[in-house]
Amino acid sequence: MTTVSAAVPSAAVAASAVSGKRRLIGFVLLLAIVCALPFLVSNYRTFQFTLVLIYAIALLGLNILTGYNGQISLGHGAFYAIGAYVAAILMDKFGVPYWLTVPVAGVVCLGAGFLFGLPALRLEGLYLALATFALGVAMPQLLKYKHLEHWTGGVQGIVIIKPDPPFGLPISQDQWLYFFCLAIMLLMFALGANLLRGRVGRALIAIRDHPVAAEAMGVNNALYKSLAFGVSAMYTGVAGALGAIAVQFVAPDSFSIFLSITFVVGIVIGGLASIAGAVYGAIFIQFVPNIADQISKAAPWAIYGVFLIGFMYAMPVGVAGAIRIAWARIKRRTTGGGESQTS
Amino acid sequence: MDAFLNQVFAGLATGGIYASVALALVMIYQATHLVNFAQGEIAMFSTYIAWTLIEAGVPYWPAFFLTVAIAFTLGVLIERIIVRPVEQAPVLSVVVVFIGLLVIFNSLAGWIYTYTIKVFPSPFPKQPVQFGGHSFSAHELGAVGVTLVVLGLLYAFFRYTPLGLAMRAAAQNPESSRLVGIRVGWMLALGWGLAAAIGAIAGMMVAPTVYLDPNMMAGILLYAFAAALVGGVDNPGGAVLGGFIVGVLENLLGTYVIGNELKLSVALVLIISVLVIRPSGLFGKVHVSRV
Amino acid sequence: MSIKQWLVSAAAIVGLALGAPSALAQKKYDPGASDTEIKIGNMMPYSGPASAYGTIGKAAAAYFKKVNDEGGINGRKINFISVDDGYSPPKAVEMARRLVEQDEVLVIFNPLGTPSNSAIQKYMNAKKVPQLFVATGATKWGDPKNFPWTMGWQPNYQTEGAIYGHYIVKTKPGAKIAVLYQNDDYGKDYLKGFKDGLGDKAKQIVAEVSYEVTDPTVDSQIVQLKGSGADVFFNITTPKFAAMAIRKAYDIGWTPLHFLNNVSQSVGSVLTPAGLEKSVGLITVGYLKDSTDKQWENDPGMNEFKAFMKKYYPDGNITDSFNVYGYAVAQTLAQTLKQAGNNLTRENVMKQAANLKDLQLNVALPGVKINTSATDFYPFESMQLERFDGKQWVLFGEVMGK
Repeated sequence: MTTVSAAVPSAAVAASAVSGKRRLIGFVLLLAIVCALPFLVSNYRTFQFTLVLIYAIALLGLNILTGYNGQISLGHGAFYAIGAYVAAILMDKFGVPYWLTVPVAGVVCLGAGFLFGLPALRLEGLYLALATFALGVAMPQLLKYKHLEHWTGGVQGIVIIKPDPPFGLPISQDQWLYFFCLAIMLLMFALGANLLRGRVGRALIAIRDHPVAAEAMGVNNALYKSLAFGVSAMYTGVAGALGAIAVQFVAPDSFSIFLSITFVVGIVIGGLASIAGAVYGAIFIQFVPNIADQISKAAPWAIYGVFLIGFMYAMPVGVAGAIRIAWARIKRRTTGGGESQTS
Repeated sequence: MDAFLNQVFAGLATGGIYASVALALVMIYQATHLVNFAQGEIAMFSTYIAWTLIEAGVPYWPAFFLTVAIAFTLGVLIERIIVRPVEQAPVLSVVVVFIGLLVIFNSLAGWIYTYTIKVFPSPFPKQPVQFGGHSFSAHELGAVGVTLVVLGLLYAFFRYTPLGLAMRAAAQNPESSRLVGIRVGWMLALGWGLAAAIGAIAGMMVAPTVYLDPNMMAGILLYAFAAALVGGVDNPGGAVLGGFIVGVLENLLGTYVIGNELKLSVALVLIISVLVIRPSGLFGKVHVSRV
Repeated sequence: MSIKQWLVSAAAIVGLALGAPSALAQKKYDPGASDTEIKIGNMMPYSGPASAYGTIGKAAAAYFKKVNDEGGINGRKINFISVDDGYSPPKAVEMARRLVEQDEVLVIFNPLGTPSNSAIQKYMNAKKVPQLFVATGATKWGDPKNFPWTMGWQPNYQTEGAIYGHYIVKTKPGAKIAVLYQNDDYGKDYLKGFKDGLGDKAKQIVAEVSYEVTDPTVDSQIVQLKGSGADVFFNITTPKFAAMAIRKAYDIGWTPLHFLNNVSQSVGSVLTPAGLEKSVGLITVGYLKDSTDKQWENDPGMNEFKAFMKKYYPDGNITDSFNVYGYAVAQTLAQTLKQAGNNLTRENVMKQAANLKDLQLNVALPGVKINTSATDFYPFESMQLERFDGKQWVLFGEVMGK
């Protein structure tokens, strides 16, 4: 199967190799800052940054489905909830160590997402939005269901114990959790980048942009679409498990439809079909409500709404998109209108 | 049998609520091919405006029509000022703008009017209507009647007036419409205005039953959305019928099948199954897209 | 006396003067307290599905403004920091951490909702910060042995449910009982207490139906309950749904012996929207006075409350019983802090909260007093039955509970 991208002129290869090294140095620097953060700020801030990491994983999951594959989901909070409850039940009822619950949650959600993706194949656009919206709305009710109460703790929820740093490391629980989540996030982002920049990613994008042509070119639409659902749910489920461990509590009220809507807001603001967008979106959904609350005590969510609309005016393709556009503009100016590469 | 009928009638009453909001959703979809999630909140806010007028002493029907006019203007303004700049943006960005509108209206209503429930008057008589051994609330019958009247007017508007035709054209094919001289921008604004007006009517019909508070529409919106899709999102009559179906279904499921704890989930599963079998809804037009 | 004796006495007197725990001499502070201010943290659902309760936080904030205007508590101003948790447990955890670790408050006062409080309970007890006078009636908040830093305030739901149960057993033993409850911790807690109070008569419950906060109406449920043939109805609903239930029951001609839970007993916010004539015969228990009740028209405590609302919280709804609640619970905290004097450590505040004896608030029903001790972490335990006569709640029976 021939690759979609055209042959690249050699000069550009050399140029990208140089910029590749610069990118690597930049990445290493960023990583160093990110690792130093928990030691520079209070435990409370570290906790908030941990939440940002967790949301970033969830948003990347949703982005795989909606940004790259064009299947809109207004109910991803449900998969986050499933992941969280899997982790909580395993830790609370079966004494499973916290680090093991995360991959288990991921596998469970992979299956759940795939199963949901199968009937969803018949639904497009608006109708898929409704179906996922329904899933998001129904999840709290399901979690409260009295015949499941024995497992889920019903409305009372489940309290979880926060893990201690292993090997007696001299860091606080919050700092350890931050690094644990950071490690998982980097792993999942690396996996995701690999997936999305390769053949699978191109197939997903092809299905998004022109499903008929993609099918005609030999892409198995049904398989890829269901897989996209499964993988996307897996990412969000992993985030849910980490979220449960960080917050140390799960209850049906933690996973309302508003969570699902917040995720959609996150990927759009961060930038659809962008891996870095997941991080920008996570920063937005974690911190902007707090900022809005500081600006106006009387109607903080009105301020949040204004932020949403303002961001969409200024950056209709999200923060990542805006950065891409700005970067391209700078590059065009510095290379004097030479070859313009698509990144 | 008696209890069953009672549940059916109660379901038709709540169904009437869903139908009227679904009508507003379909209206905006027909005009813009977008589902406006903020529709419920704009309707709620318009109802508060009506409440303010009535509290200030304005009699019911003048307040009603004044509110409809205000809502219409509000809809047009929102389209021109807030939605216009992001018209060319990807669909999801527009959705985020709608979500922004939703939280703004909800938060403003809570701030201005507080969260205590308020009584909203009904223009219909208070005595129940007796019919065949069952008593029906006059208001609920009246509200259904108003919804049907609005439906009829809408149908006539889209089918028989040139303006309605122009609106449908603008939504379906903006480029071609421009070529034949239709002011597409103003058609969209008109669509928004009409949708807001219908939403205001829906809100004023709903509020006497569910009491007026900022979160009044939250529970209704999902059902209205489901009703609109079940009926076919481009079919106003289908949306109204869908509303009644959803209302009755919800009640019967809750009472006889699964208990109230899971009726929402089961109702939604059923609706989604309907959509899987007939993806365009029960009465919607099947879209065939050319490759 | 000899010089030696004189010196000994003098030394004794000096020693006594230095060693005696004089209120002004020994000042002990934990984070949040200082010579000039006491920082009180609070979280409320100002947004989200439970936003109707947000007015409690606003009433409390207004009360502390009044306290500050009148000189503060023991000369210190109250710095009341209230944040929104949106009724979401993860947000509650984040806000609690912010209040404790960033704002460094002395206590977290009156956090609302069982989910939020459940989420932060472990954290608060681990950090040894008082989680004081929580705004929920869930029974689990009075557990000093396991959670010595958490204390409830209002009469707990199970006790109230049990009171109705006992009443039915006593006055209507052959009853056929129907229950409508909100499908969450609040509803289920009431239901449990009710069944416990009924004892083996609990099998006479012929219909037990729930609703969700997201349901538009409860009409279907009321129709269902009438169809069960029940002649006693326990109505466990929050204000909006209570009004709907009362109205619908009347409209379909169902007139059971109707018990209404205390959360929704407000004449202004529930019975008036439902229709006063439709609310005749309702029975509930009360512990606070209702501000629209004519019998308290000339009551000095109520008048003070009304004047307070007019001056400090004019946007607030004077008929909303949640505002009376906020006023009362703020008064309780003020009393606790006053008792703590200059020893403003968290431990001492907790100790004083567990040391409220026969505290009769001026907006509480006469005879209904707050009592706490080291083993009793339920401040309000007594209530009195009252019946609605179309205009006001008429108390009957005696004050029950401790």
